[in-house]
Amino acid sequence: MTISRADVAHLGRLARLELTDDELDHYSTQLDVILQAVARISEVAADDIPPTSHPVPMENVFRPDVVVPGVDRDEVFAAAPAHEDDRFRVPRILDEE
Amino acid sequence: MSTTHDTMPFDQALASFEPVLGLEVHVELGTNSKMFCGCSTVFGASPNTQVCPVCLGLPGSMPVVNAMAIESTIRIGLALNCTIASWCRFARKNYFYPDMPKDYQISQYDEPLCSNGYLDVTVPTDDGPTVVRVEIERVHMEEDTGKLLHAGGATGRIHGADHSLVDYNRAGIPLVEIVTKTIEGTGALAPAVAKAYVAELRDLMRALDVSDVRMEEGSMRCDVNLSLNRPGDGWGTRSETKNVNSLRSVERAVHSEIERQAALLTSGGRVVQETRHFHEDTGRSTSGRSKEQAEDYRYFPEPDLVPVAPSDAWIEELRATLPELPSAKRDRLKGEWGINDFELQTIVNAGALDLVEATIAAGVDSAAARKWWTGELQRTANDRGVELADLGVTPQQVREVEALIASGALNDKLARQVFEGLVAQEGTVAQIVSSRGLAVVSDDGALLAAIDDALAAQPDVADKIRDGKVQAAGAIVGAVMKATRGQADAAKVRALLLERLGVSE
Amino acid sequence: MDLTRLSAYELADALDKREVSAVEVTQAHLDRMTAVDPKVHAFLHRTDAAALAQATSVDERRASGAALSRLAGVPIAVKDNLAMRGEPTTCGSRILEGWRPPYDATVVARLRARDLVIVGKTNMDEFAMGSSTEHSAYGQTRNPWDLDRIPGGSGGGSAAAVASFQAPLAIGSDTGGSIRQPAAVTGTVGVKPTYGGVSRYGLVALASSLDQVGPVARSVLDTALLHEAIAGHDPRDSTSINAPVPDVVGAATRADVRGLRIGIVTQLSGDGYQAGVSQRFAEALEHLQHLGAEIVEVSCPSFEYALGAYYLILPSEASSNLARFDGMRFGLRAGDNGDNSVEQVMSLTREAGFGAEVKRRIILGTYALSSGYYDAYYGQAQKVRTLIVRDFAAAFEQVDVLVSPTAPTTAFRLGEKLDDPIAMYLNDVATIPVNLAGIGSMSLPAGLAPEDGLPVGFQIMAPPMADDRLYLVGAALEAALRDQWGHLLIEEAPAL
Repeated sequence: MTISRADVAHLGRLARLELTDDELDHYSTQLDVILQAVARISEVAADDIPPTSHPVPMENVFRPDVVVPGVDRDEVFAAAPAHEDDRFRVPRILDEE
Repeated sequence: MSTTHDTMPFDQALASFEPVLGLEVHVELGTNSKMFCGCSTVFGASPNTQVCPVCLGLPGSMPVVNAMAIESTIRIGLALNCTIASWCRFARKNYFYPDMPKDYQISQYDEPLCSNGYLDVTVPTDDGPTVVRVEIERVHMEEDTGKLLHAGGATGRIHGADHSLVDYNRAGIPLVEIVTKTIEGTGALAPAVAKAYVAELRDLMRALDVSDVRMEEGSMRCDVNLSLNRPGDGWGTRSETKNVNSLRSVERAVHSEIERQAALLTSGGRVVQETRHFHEDTGRSTSGRSKEQAEDYRYFPEPDLVPVAPSDAWIEELRATLPELPSAKRDRLKGEWGINDFELQTIVNAGALDLVEATIAAGVDSAAARKWWTGELQRTANDRGVELADLGVTPQQVREVEALIASGALNDKLARQVFEGLVAQEGTVAQIVSSRGLAVVSDDGALLAAIDDALAAQPDVADKIRDGKVQAAGAIVGAVMKATRGQADAAKVRALLLERLGVSE
Repeated sequence: MDLTRLSAYELADALDKREVSAVEVTQAHLDRMTAVDPKVHAFLHRTDAAALAQATSVDERRASGAALSRLAGVPIAVKDNLAMRGEPTTCGSRILEGWRPPYDATVVARLRARDLVIVGKTNMDEFAMGSSTEHSAYGQTRNPWDLDRIPGGSGGGSAAAVASFQAPLAIGSDTGGSIRQPAAVTGTVGVKPTYGGVSRYGLVALASSLDQVGPVARSVLDTALLHEAIAGHDPRDSTSINAPVPDVVGAATRADVRGLRIGIVTQLSGDGYQAGVSQRFAEALEHLQHLGAEIVEVSCPSFEYALGAYYLILPSEASSNLARFDGMRFGLRAGDNGDNSVEQVMSLTREAGFGAEVKRRIILGTYALSSGYYDAYYGQAQKVRTLIVRDFAAAFEQVDVLVSPTAPTTAFRLGEKLDDPIAMYLNDVATIPVNLAGIGSMSLPAGLAPEDGLPVGFQIMAPPMADDRLYLVGAALEAALRDQWGHLLIEEAPAL
C-alpha cells in the first residue's frame, strides 16, 4: 500500500485540485506516512460489526411540504464571482457533444 | 466525437442480434416545495428567485427531507409492486459540475427506498396487443440539478459556447429514479416495449397524482441502456442514451441504437461503453463521455440526514390511498364500453382514455365519444404536435357539440368547424356557432333554390336522374352542399331533389 | 472596575441591576481588543458597529422595562466558521475571502435573539483542520499565556479571545477536540455538547457526523449559561435532537459529586502524556475523591484505533463537504481568463484558495472513499466507530462519567509540529473518541504543569444527552481548585 505520484495526480483531478509538481511529491510521501499510521484499523476483526454512519441513532426526520421564502437573488449575486441576466455566470463547459 | 455511423436496417439487425434493454426514468415529483428545503417548485419562475442557502449549496446550509416526497415515492413503489425498505439512507454522489450546487448530489445508493417490483405493459403487435412484464430493479429518491444556458456560441448548445449561465430554481426539486432490470427476449418489439413502458409509467404517475409528467418540460426524462448480442452469446457492451424526452423518442432511440450497434458489430467494430445524447431533430444519438474515463462517484451515507424507516402502519396507510391503477382501469372500461383490444389500444395510443371516460360521464354515448377523441381531435393534436389533453377541448364541450348534432342544429362537418374554433380559442361552443354562422340550413325554400341552380348548371345530370339513374344524384347533392358551405343536411337535399324531379328511389 | 475581568454571570447581574450599560460593557471589550489583539490575533474580523448598535438597543429596551434574556448585553466572540448575515465568514480560508453570507447560522440567530452582543469573528485553522490555529490563512493566533506558543486548534481564536479577556464568552466548534484542546492549553473551559444538542445549521461543515457547536468561557457556570442559550432542537438541522436540553445551569450550580462514580480511561493516560499533565490530572482526581466521588479505572480497548478511524472518517466527509468551494456561486474564483474551461477554473480556484493541510485531507478523503478502497478505509473506520460507541456504552454501565487529560501535552511552540501531520494529529488522541461516539465532553483547567508553567486541561465525558453531568463534575472540581488557589486559574495569565 503505497501512494504514487500518479495516484495523487489522479486524486487531485477527482478533487479538482491543480496540484503542482512539488505538491505531488510532498503529498505522495505524506499520504503514505498517514495511511500507514491509520492502517492499524485493519487489525480490528470487524466482519460482523455494523458500520456507524450517524453517532446518535435517529430516524424519520422530515419537514412538511410547505413553501417558505428563500433568499434575495441580489444579495446572493452580490457575493458571487460573476452573474449575468439573473443567472450565475460560469466559464465554458467542455463536455459531451 | 463522432456524430454519424453507418447503420444496419432494423430487420436485418434483428436477424443477427438480440437486444437487451434497460430503462432509467427520472420523474420530478409535483411537491409544493423542494426535496430538502422550502423553496417553491413552480415551473417557469424568473431565474434564481426560488433559491435559498440549502439549494444554492451555500456553506453551512443543511438539508431536511420533504415528507411528501417520501410518501410519493413509497406510493410509486407500491403501485410498481415493489418491496418498501424498512430502513434506508440517503447517500452522496460526488462529482463536480456547475449545475450542481454542492458538487455532490444527495441520492440513494445501495439502499433504495423501493426495490424488486414490476410493471405489466401492453405492447401492440401485428397479432394484437401482448402483455410484457417489465421488472423494476429499484425506485429511489434524489434531487434535480440547476439549469444551464449556454451563451456566446452560435447554437445555444454547450459546444462552442464561450460561457454558461446557471439558474438554480430547478436545483433541489425532488426526483424519483425508476430503474428497470434488464429487459430481454423482446426482439423486434424492443422499441415498442420501451415506448409502452414509459407511456405506462407516465399514466401511472398521473393516476397517482405525484407528478405532472410533462416530458416536454422535462418533468419526466428517460435514459435508455442498450446492448446487442448474438443468440447464445453473453451480453454485449451497453451504451446509455440520455436526453430521450418524448414517447416517440424513446421508441426511436431504441430503434436507431439497435441499427447503429448492429452495423458496428457486423463490421468488426466494438461497442464502446459510453453515454450518448439523443437528438430529437435527427432521431439519432451522438457519442458523449466514455465510461472508461467516467467519474468515481465516491458514494457514502449522507451524514447530514438521518435514515428513513417507514413503519408498516405508515406503508399500509399509503397503500390505502392508491387509486385505481391504469391497467385495472383499462380492463374495466373495456368491459363497460363493450370494445375489443384493438379499439382499446387505439384509445390508449391516442392518450384519450381519461378524456373518453369523462366525455361519457358527461352524457355522450360511448361510440360518439370515442369517435371524436380518436378521430378528428387526435388528428388535430397530431398536426399541432401537442398532447390530446392539452388541445384545449374539454369533455364538456364535446357533450355540447353532440347535443347540437342530436337536435339537428349541427352536422358532423359543422361540428368539426366548432372544434377548430375551440382549438383556436375563439370562445364557447355557442359563441363559435354564432360567430362562424354555423347552422344546418333547414329552410326548404333556400335548399330548393340551390337545387334548381345546381340542376340548371348540370342539365345532363338532371336528365340522367329523370331517366331513373338515381345514383347520379350525388353530383347534384354535392353541388348543393358546396353552395351551402356544408350547412345543409345531405339526406334532406337528396330527398328534396328526387321529389323535385319526380323520381323515387 | 475593569469590566473585561468580570464573568458573564457577573456582567449579566450588573447589567440587570443597571449598574453598567451594555454599551459600556461592549466598549470596554472593544477597547481591550484594540489593546491586546495585535499581540494575540484572536479575531479575524471585528463587528464594532453592529455590536454597539445591538448594545444600544439592549440598553433602550432595558430602560423601557422590556423583559430581556439572562445574557442580554453580554459580549461574545463567534468562531469564523459560523455564518453571520452580512459579515465576513472565512473559515480561516482564502477561498472564502470577502464572502458575506446572506443568512445567519441558527446559533448566531439564537445569540441575536437572546441579545448577546457579537463583537467579532475568531481565528481558526483553515476549515477547522488543525490543532494549533497555525493553519489559518490569515496568520496564527498566539497563546495569551506565552505568545510564542500555540493557542490550540482549531478554535484557537475563540479560546485565546476568552483567555485574554477580549470577551467573556465565545462560540467554538469541535470535530475532534477543537473546543476542548484550545480550552486546555489556554486555561479556559470548553464544552462539546452531545452530537445534535446544538444546531449545526450555518456551521460550515468539516466532518458532518463529528462536528458539534459548543460554548467557551472562563468558568464552568459561564459555560453552562452559554450552553443553555444556544442548545435545543432546530428543525433546520435533521440531526438535531428533539428533546429537552439537560439542565446544565442547574448542574453547574449544584456542583455535587457525592456518590458519583468516575472512571479513568486506561487507554487515555500513562505513556505519551507529559509528566506535568499526568500530575495535575492525578491531583484533580484526588480532589474529586475527596469531594465524595468514587474513582475507578475503566478499559476501552477500541480507543487504540480511534485516531486511525477519525483520520479516515474526517477527511472522507471533508472531501465531500468542501467540494462546493468551486468558485462558481460564492467566494474566490481563480483563472477565469475567458479561455479556461469550468473544470480548469474550479481546479485553479481550489488550488489557489485552499492551504496545504486542507488539500492534504481532501486528497486523503478522496482516496479513502474511492472505488476499491472504500471498504478497507471508510467502511472499516465506520465499523471501528461502532466498537468505540460500544466501549463507551459498556463503560457508562459502570460509571457516571469518564475522565482523562484533555491533551497529552501543554501548549507547544509555534511551528514545532507544523510540517509533521502525524505529530499534530496525536494532539487529539484523547478528545477524538468522544466525537466518534457523539457524546458530550468538557475540558476545564486542572492547574499549571510544573515543568513549563502552562495550563493543563482535565476532560470529563458523559453519556449521550447527559451533558448536565459534565457541569456537575466540572463545577465541583472548579470550586475545589478555586478554594485551593484562591481564584480561577485564568487569573494567573500574563497581563499582556
